[in-house]
Amino acid sequence: MPDLVKMTIDGAEVNVQAGATVAAAILMSRSGFRRSVHGELRGPVCGMGICFECRATVDGQPQQRTCQLHCKDGMVVNTDE
Amino acid sequence: MNVGTYDCIVVGSGIVGAACAASFAKDGMQVALIDSLGAGLLATAAGMGHIVVMDDSPAQFLLTKYSQNLWLSLSDRLPPTAEFQKCGTLWVAADSEERSEVERKHALYQDHDVSTQILSKNELAVLEPELRQELEGALLVQSDAVLYAPIAAQCLTLDAASHGAVIIDSEVISIGQGVVNLRDGRILQSQRIVNAAGERSPQLTPGLPVKKRKGHLAITDRYPGFLRHQVVELGYLKSAHTLSADSVAFNVQPRITGQVLIGSSRQFDTTSEVDHAILGRMLARAVEYMPRLASCSIIRTWTGHRAATPDKLPLIGPWPGDETIFLATGHEGLGITTSLATAELLSAFFSGQTTEIPIEPYLPARLGEGCHA
Ligand SMILES: Cc1cc2nc3c(=O)[nH]c(=O)nc-3n(C[C@H](O)[C@H](O)[C@H](O)COP(=O)(O)OP(=O)(O)OC[C@H]3O[C@@H](n4cnc5c(N)ncnc54)[C@H](O)[C@@H]3O)c2cc1C
Ligand code: FES
Repeated sequence: MPDLVKMTIDGAEVNVQAGATVAAAILMSRSGFRRSVHGELRGPVCGMGICFECRATVDGQPQQRTCQLHCKDGMVVNTDE
Repeated sequence: MNVGTYDCIVVGSGIVGAACAASFAKDGMQVALIDSLGAGLLATAAGMGHIVVMDDSPAQFLLTKYSQNLWLSLSDRLPPTAEFQKCGTLWVAADSEERSEVERKHALYQDHDVSTQILSKNELAVLEPELRQELEGALLVQSDAVLYAPIAAQCLTLDAASHGAVIIDSEVISIGQGVVNLRDGRILQSQRIVNAAGERSPQLTPGLPVKKRKGHLAITDRYPGFLRHQVVELGYLKSAHTLSADSVAFNVQPRITGQVLIGSSRQFDTTSEVDHAILGRMLARAVEYMPRLASCSIIRTWTGHRAATPDKLPLIGPWPGDETIFLATGHEGLGITTSLATAELLSAFFSGQTTEIPIEPYLPARLGEGCHA
């Protein structure tokens, strides 16, 4: 069994594999990614830190590229700030 | 090919030329407004759009104050995309010398009915919590505003057109003796040719004492609530005063999107590339004042040129070298602010009415006969 870490995504607790990216955790959770200024849904495109489409607030720090962050125990992610 | 005679031809549809054309057309003049790029796409698109009362000199104070009032009365008629916000300016003091500048500025502004408030260290921390703790308070100028200037220039251009101005999309290759020559071979005629070509105005009127003063800006991603006022260091006065050396100053502006627009630098440099050394100094200065800016992402950096005159006042009025040429240029770092007043001064001048404020300090003739070829 791989190690699991517990995180909170948009208020809901989720368990994900240690070492997964935060973007992957958001995809597995029930939350969508952020919306654009005009209300369109956004989601990860490049997976390598270039397109900035996967941004979310992580541990209070806004506009983090979640495809470039690994999940850590106790992490708090908000997709809609 | 002669394609017409106009009461007035305005060259340049930046914020200044567009404001002039709108104002002249409303006076009933037959106006042509010419630009090769489209409205508001040169310095007007590069600048910060801070509508600010400044007091480097009494003439600058009068002009910025008069023009700001014009903006405040126009603001209701601007579309939401012009992003006009009366967010106020906070002039922050870093030391006791700058703190006395707060007092001086407060007294002056109060004397001239510009509403200001002195803020203590703690009051400042409440208004802008991201500012570093060790500041000596600030002066809040309530009537200052910010604006997305390229949209405002487009609105003024449309306003001119709706009052009958003819909008011409072409490059002007020369002006003078009542004639305007376009790149495409067309020739227009007028006894009043207004050179509102901004940083390019000396190319059309050789001998004009206008030099390009480059500035850098950077804009962050969206961080709603991070910043609420335009915040400017008072050291800005000291650094902007030096006309020769390169300088940077802390100057940040909240955008409606939650983005933070970060300025600014001043260099006499005609290139338009981003200079990473001075950009780095500018950003380091911003982080000194707002430490958490260091963790914000910058999504774009760019440069623009201010059209600078030797005495830091714009050139508004007849050009001594040619009685058909009038100037509306040289607005340096304040052209968004002072555009509307420039238009009102020139329109009163043309119609022979008395101007709201004396026009003399801005007349090109003040710089003496020696300044033109
Ligand atoms: C970094 C920076 C920050 C600034 N911040 C502020 C601020 O916070 N507040 C403020 O009030 N001001 C600010 N300014 C200053 C302000 O942007 C300018 O003063 C203002 O935009 C000048 O407007 P303008 O219409 O004279 O010039 P421009 O906007 O440059 O317009 C000139 C127009 O003339 C046209 N043109 C030129 N030559 C020709 C030709 N031969 N044929 C046809 N068309 C021609 C160009 O295409 C252009 O559209 C800033 C400037 C910079 C660079
Ligand atoms: S998915 Fe493109 S930057 Fe993260």
